[in-house]
Amino acid sequence: MDYFLTDEQQEIRDLARQIAEERIVPVREELDEKEEFPTEVMKACAQSDLFTIPVPEEYGGLGGGVMEMCLAVEELSKACLGVSVTYAATFLGAYPIMLFGSDDQKARYLPDIASGEKLGAFGLTEANAGSDAGGIRTTAVKEGDSYVLNGTKQWITNAGEADIYTVIALTDKSKGPRGASAFIVEKDTPGFSFGKKENKMGIRASATRELIFENCRIPAENLISREGMGFMVAMKTLDMSRPGIASQGVGVAQGALDVSVNYARERHQFGQPIIGFQAIQHMLADMATKIEAARALTYSVARFIDSGAKDISKVSAMTKLYGGDIAVQVTTDAVQVLGGYGYMREYPVEKMMRDAKILQIYEGTNQIQRNVIGAALIKEYAQKKS
Amino acid sequence: MNIVVCIKQVPDTTKVKIDPETNTLVREGVESIINPFDLYAIEEGVRLREAQGGTVKVITMGPPQAESALREAISLGADESILVSDRAFAGSDTWATAYTLAAAIRTIGPVDLIICGKQAIDGDTAQVGPSLADQLEIPFVAFVRRVREVGEDAMVVERMFEEGYEVVRLPLPGLMTVVKEINEPRLPSLKGKMRAKKAEILRIERSAIEVEDVHLGLDGSPTRVVKIFSPELKKAGEKWQEDPDVMAEKLVANLRAQKII
Repeated sequence: MDYFLTDEQQEIRDLARQIAEERIVPVREELDEKEEFPTEVMKACAQSDLFTIPVPEEYGGLGGGVMEMCLAVEELSKACLGVSVTYAATFLGAYPIMLFGSDDQKARYLPDIASGEKLGAFGLTEANAGSDAGGIRTTAVKEGDSYVLNGTKQWITNAGEADIYTVIALTDKSKGPRGASAFIVEKDTPGFSFGKKENKMGIRASATRELIFENCRIPAENLISREGMGFMVAMKTLDMSRPGIASQGVGVAQGALDVSVNYARERHQFGQPIIGFQAIQHMLADMATKIEAARALTYSVARFIDSGAKDISKVSAMTKLYGGDIAVQVTTDAVQVLGGYGYMREYPVEKMMRDAKILQIYEGTNQIQRNVIGAALIKEYAQKKS
Repeated sequence: MNIVVCIKQVPDTTKVKIDPETNTLVREGVESIINPFDLYAIEEGVRLREAQGGTVKVITMGPPQAESALREAISLGADESILVSDRAFAGSDTWATAYTLAAAIRTIGPVDLIICGKQAIDGDTAQVGPSLADQLEIPFVAFVRRVREVGEDAMVVERMFEEGYEVVRLPLPGLMTVVKEINEPRLPSLKGKMRAKKAEILRIERSAIEVEDVHLGLDGSPTRVVKIFSPELKKAGEKWQEDPDVMAEKLVANLRAQKII
């Protein structure tokens, strides 16, 4: 379907597609099998300027919006979600700086993000603070011109590989979530180390580790915005990034549909290609319809956000919820269309199915997305009546 | 370093079919691409510029639609591009192409190094690069797999053979043709693509170069294509597995029957 992309958007999509086909597809099976970080692919993304997309032009970026990010993420995700999350997580780390950072912070960090020289990461989740992000315990205590961080962040994408980390920590424990603040922590800061690499079900090319802070002293100027703004920074960042997760869902689902249709045209049973059977056609039809619906929702929300809309939490959550759910459904159906072959590692769909499951879990579980949407509905309708 | 890279726009031969009746290529609907070997030439030019400074100009001789190949070259890092195009050049063979290209290159300012892909995937002659060096009266090294060093007035390169390689000094200005072992071409960049869209392509026509008409185009080409055909498929032979004496008799009888002996 034609989504009336601008010339620039088409260039972004075509280039990301070329990287996916030429640089990711040939290595994705090995990256998955060996749990290998996609260093070479990230270099190709950097050389092709993909990291410039959402960064403002004055910091060496392209000045693109959420829509442009979604196009790039969708194409990369058709090939491999482990690679696309590695790419996208950099901006999860960079969005807090882009949205709330001072001019000085932007000038210091964004050019290296745009050039792809440095990757970013975002540290919010802890062992006892997942969906209940308000339960974080990592602290940041101000001492003179520094903050001293203590605590452990868990399941952080790009941990150990990124150079720039945005970390949410409590500056005032007595205030609960309102006592949280956001900080920039650079790799190699004394007192900052990483836990072991997690062994995951899917997205195995991506690196997931703990961030461990033991009396880690950072300059006070690394505070993003001001004390107490940590949760605001985190929530606004997630509002911007969730359509990207939706695009991961659209991408992996499209990748799985492409494999399924091609397989169904070639696989013969009962003397004919299985695509001739209505049972298969109906599955493929449902898969294609879900993908198109998710894509249409994601693009419209991305454009809505890029138009400067303020109240975006609800619709942003909707994209992530729907994109993640259909990705799991479509990739599972793809394995079914391929039958026994689909269950084998020789075909890409079992990996897509393993990868897709994370989309219902990370960046806020899909249950949390429903909470966000539900809360927004309550607020909206309460306002209407009054 | 002033670098010129010669490229050719070719049909994507992986997608070309042959008309079984005329034995010619069916070009309709087949995508045109930059000759794959020329991508290595562009990449090497861009890498040399990144290391040495200077400019990379990409030049091609071809019909107006070859402009898209030149724009793609800019998205891959070339600075400028030049289209040598005129009806008078149509039908040029390798000799006439080299003759015309040489005249065009003489008009674009000082050149230190010319890089070509080792051959084009449509004609497969590997002649235009060396022939161009001959026309320009500069030294050349073909089949370069690595540039070892670049000096003021010479380069040291490795020339590839089927078994092993030679280390050769190439005085500058000079020309080299490159093989795919030399590098891994980068993908285009977004900024490169944006630049490519706006880039001005310099056009060189017949009137802008010093050439003699008798050497141009189809009429100026010494090559004559007499016939193009696919080699006939050899029929599968017969296999005998019997006593050697019996087979010897059989063989002689067969050869006699075919009047070979």
